Amino acid sequence: METAVFYVLATIAVASAVLLVLFRNPVYSALSLVATLFAVAGLFVLLNAYFLAAVQIIVYAGAVMVLFLFVIMLLNLGHSEALESTVGRYRLTGVIFLCALLVAQLTAVGTRQLRGPVAENEALRTENVQTLGKLLYTDFLFPFEVASIILLVALIGVVVLVKRETPETT
Amino acid sequence: MLSDYLPIVLLLVIAAGFAAVNLGITHLVGPRKPNPVKLSPYESGVPNIGDARLRFSVKFYLVAMLFIIFDIEVVFLYPWAVVFKDLLAQGTFVFTEMVVFLGVLVLGLAYVWRKGGLEWD
Repeated sequence: METAVFYVLATIAVASAVLLVLFRNPVYSALSLVATLFAVAGLFVLLNAYFLAAVQIIVYAGAVMVLFLFVIMLLNLGHSEALESTVGRYRLTGVIFLCALLVAQLTAVGTRQLRGPVAENEALRTENVQTLGKLLYTDFLFPFEVASIILLVALIGVVVLVKRETPETT
Repeated sequence: MLSDYLPIVLLLVIAAGFAAVNLGITHLVGPRKPNPVKLSPYESGVPNIGDARLRFSVKFYLVAMLFIIFDIEVVFLYPWAVVFKDLLAQGTFVFTEMVVFLGVLVLGLAYVWRKGGLEWD
């Protein structure tokens, strides 16, 4: 049963990732990336990584994709021919790098004795959100607080970039 | 374990099926007598000028970034809420650390507000 679900989700993820590259319209590409992210969130659920699945949907499929779509609309790429000619020039480079990546992955899978599925690991099977929370809010308290500072820096950065003191330069 | 997700899958299937069946049936059995007025985007509205592919104002970028930042802030609240009761037994530290975390971001919100980032112009 889990294997069947895995294959369905993996097929959706790979198919929409391929569509992401093939679509001419950047907005369609962005939407198929959303489909990929949802399928990957489903894979995370299969691995009992519930928190990661929720983050995948809330942050990536939600917030980051909103940003991508906004950037596409801000740069007005909806029907850009300039983009297509740039893509065409790098096609050969892309193919070469893809082959290199494939060889690297195949050798990695071939040389390494694969361990059992992660879901078999008993520690991951139960209560892993609790484990994560306890570690994050006790042992990793400092990185957690630093994260708020990083978010603050991003907040100030975007205001400095977008907001001009003189409203004439819109 | 996995069967816990059956309702969600069922919901997705019903939602997608409802949309597909409705669109399919209207496509198959619906009468089609088009005329230029009927095919215009706003049949009884104002005539449209140009297309919708305008360059959007960069102000939308500010809105999107603010959304992402506070979205990530909320993500940190979920595991915190899960372990809050357990850790509260060891003292109020777990409460203080989240107040500090939220405090830093409220500071950011105050900055954005002060700078007029929440105003449209």
